[in-house]
Amino acid sequence: MFGYLLTRLWQSIILLVLVSIIGFAILNLTPGGPLSQFALTPGMTQEAMDRIAEQMGLNRPLPVQYLDWAWRLVQGDWGTSYRDGQPVLSVIGRHLFATLLLMGSSTVISIALGTWIGIRGATHRYSLFDYSATIGAMVALSIPTFWFGLVGIYIFSLKLGWVPAGNMYTIGDGSVLNYLHHLILPSIVLSLVNVAIWSRYMRTATLDVINQDFVKTARAKGLRERRVLMKHVVGNALLPMITLAGMQLPTLLSGALVTETVFTWPGMGRLFLDSLGYSDYPVVMGLLMFSAILVLLGNLIADLVVAAVDPRIRLG
Amino acid sequence: MTGSSLSALTLTRRRALGLLGAAGATGLLAPNLLGKPAFAAPPASPSGQIIVGFSQEPTVFNPLMPRIEVDDGVHFSLFDALFRIDPEGQIQPALAAEVPTIDNGGISEDGLEWRIKLRDDVTWHDGAPFTAEDVKFTLELVVDPNFRSWRTAGHDLVRDITVVSPTELTWRMETAFSPYISILCETFIVPKHILEPEPDRNTAAFNHAPIGTGPFKWSNRIAGDHLELVANTDYYGEGPYVERLVYKYIPDLTVLYTQFKSGDVDIVGNQYITPDNFEEAKSLPGKVVKVVPTATVESLYLNMGRPQFQDPAVRQALYAALDKQTILDVLYYGLPSTTETYMPQQSYYYNPNLPEHEFNLERARELLDAAGWAPGADGIREKDGVRLSFTNSTTSGNHLREQAQQFLQQTFREIGVEMTISNLPPAVMWGEFWTQSQFDSVMVGVVFMVGGDPDVTSRFHSGAIPIQGGRGANNNQYVNPEVDALLEEGTRTFDPEARREIYWKVQEKIREDLPLLPIFQYTTVRGYKEGLEGIEPNINTRIDTWHAAAYYWDE
Repeated sequence: MFGYLLTRLWQSIILLVLVSIIGFAILNLTPGGPLSQFALTPGMTQEAMDRIAEQMGLNRPLPVQYLDWAWRLVQGDWGTSYRDGQPVLSVIGRHLFATLLLMGSSTVISIALGTWIGIRGATHRYSLFDYSATIGAMVALSIPTFWFGLVGIYIFSLKLGWVPAGNMYTIGDGSVLNYLHHLILPSIVLSLVNVAIWSRYMRTATLDVINQDFVKTARAKGLRERRVLMKHVVGNALLPMITLAGMQLPTLLSGALVTETVFTWPGMGRLFLDSLGYSDYPVVMGLLMFSAILVLLGNLIADLVVAAVDPRIRLG
Repeated sequence: MTGSSLSALTLTRRRALGLLGAAGATGLLAPNLLGKPAFAAPPASPSGQIIVGFSQEPTVFNPLMPRIEVDDGVHFSLFDALFRIDPEGQIQPALAAEVPTIDNGGISEDGLEWRIKLRDDVTWHDGAPFTAEDVKFTLELVVDPNFRSWRTAGHDLVRDITVVSPTELTWRMETAFSPYISILCETFIVPKHILEPEPDRNTAAFNHAPIGTGPFKWSNRIAGDHLELVANTDYYGEGPYVERLVYKYIPDLTVLYTQFKSGDVDIVGNQYITPDNFEEAKSLPGKVVKVVPTATVESLYLNMGRPQFQDPAVRQALYAALDKQTILDVLYYGLPSTTETYMPQQSYYYNPNLPEHEFNLERARELLDAAGWAPGADGIREKDGVRLSFTNSTTSGNHLREQAQQFLQQTFREIGVEMTISNLPPAVMWGEFWTQSQFDSVMVGVVFMVGGDPDVTSRFHSGAIPIQGGRGANNNQYVNPEVDALLEEGTRTFDPEARREIYWKVQEKIREDLPLLPIFQYTTVRGYKEGLEGIEPNINTRIDTWHAAAYYWDE
């Protein structure tokens, strides 16, 4: 087990180095750069831009800039944002809260609702419920989230006035209730697609298990149907879902750009887009490393959990 | 009551009040110019809150560092400069007690010696008194090579800053430079007692929690979302009238407009309401929606270094073949106004007597025929081996410009000129491609003035061509010795009337030479909640929150 972890760790580090080199190169080779946003500013001259570039260290050769960045990162210094001069880690941290709040609540809704719909669809196959769930899932999957978002805002905010038209909270009112009120619409909109995905996976996984011999044996033992379903069917059907959940961890923390934009939610997705738009290299690199680590970590955790839950799998 | 009025920028609140007094009749006023009760008065003490929505995020709070418009918007609330420029283009004292001129002895006859008198009743937000030392420190910090400052133009001419007393200082200019007073209007003064002890001013704590002298004090910022300012009740000037001023970041213009409709934002700030929403916006209940001109002038910008554009007849013919009105009416909802110059029409220095453009394809053809540009085998004109063919570039994804390009492509084709379209993503477009004059022609909206000053040396002087080693942004490589001489005279002249004459001549020359074919001056559709008062556009500043101190709710 320990040896296995060590191997995974080494592989991860090599991967991270590769990701960072490629990311850094692509970012810096893109024409433009952090100063191009000032090019049309009245009174801005090439001379002034050159001076600022020199002060920011942007005129050094790329490998030097990369090594400088990497060496600082190894020492725990993620750099400071070009845009607002804040340390990269604290920039990410502040947006992470918003994203965790939104993605967390949406994930809870998706998993709970998706699992239930999936199981019910499988146990009541070809029923009205199953058909409606299937059609609903197809609709949810094919219509873009921003459309749901805008329609939701139009109906529930502008016309009915039930929920706010966006934002994380009312400025000047930071109460929990206020946060929850603002959370309703975006988290539901965001979970629509995920409920669809989860329910489809769950339905298939349940169908795979439901006709297996051990389920028949359980029924033959005279167990109550409910107990058969909960213990034997769902327990086993959930196994592939763990891998799915592990793969969702990075998405969970990297934010949902479209939903965040439509609902003016200051999360990670928007941070990434804004930082790209301003060529805020330190933050973009920070986000890149952050999500790379999450992907690796998510996969590792999923593998470990599956191994722990599924007696057929042994690591090492 | 539905709020909608097309107001000329020049009809300001102050001027309107004067008009009202003279005529003694409310009927003279455009509806809603003053809000519902014609004589609203600001509250005795700050009350309420205003949320201004911006589609870009303000992130730079040290007002001397490189910044964009929305940063300016916040700086105007937190800081003061020595002077401010009002909507009429007049320079008014802010931290200074008076505006120095040659007449009042503040500036010497030769324009070299400056003497500034300061107010004695100003304190920083932390209670420390504001003095001439702060001004000296600021002007020295701007040109400090270790400090990542923004524009140093003008400041680099200042020598021997001497503090005479806490309320007076003097300096000497290396050469006479009249635009410096306008530059000082945009140079916010920072506190010496806070910044001087900092080892590195680029990363000082001040940059994230600024302390100024302005009408509002820093409260807090939620990165990526909003920042809150609170009223500075000790402010020496007018206002502030609201307790809390919030700048909210809403990155998408559709969402910004939706939140204006839903009432989540009180004022639609920078990038404003998109023209396609204007019709709906002006019928929204409880909202005031106005069309306000901006200083940005859209033009077909020609690279004079290209052989195709060196013959004046070609530029005149292209101008005659430019159907401005159709572009405006079809693509821009008829909102902007056509123009003959780079100078905004609301500026004190705008020349209204320039020859009027006429769309006339026949005349365009005659001009080219007369100059010897004869159609070749493929119908494209040529002369001395030069084909009248060029590319036109702009930011890709700007749908309005792309349609205007296609429209021009067709009309130019009719006079035997080939224009190909090659658009680039913004970062590439405005990078070296733009600054190093690598384009044939560009569709671009440019603000030619720096602040309220008419000096356009960096845009039109032959010494300002970056690709020829010049300092400036004369990216279309325009050279005219007469214009050079006028521009030089303009920066040595301090009397506004004399300057106006000079810059009228500059505009005449540019109109004659046509290094850029002016199409229109941009307007923006701005909106705010009914009951909000004190909002006044100002063509001479980059952003409309230049005077947020005067905002108040009429309740």
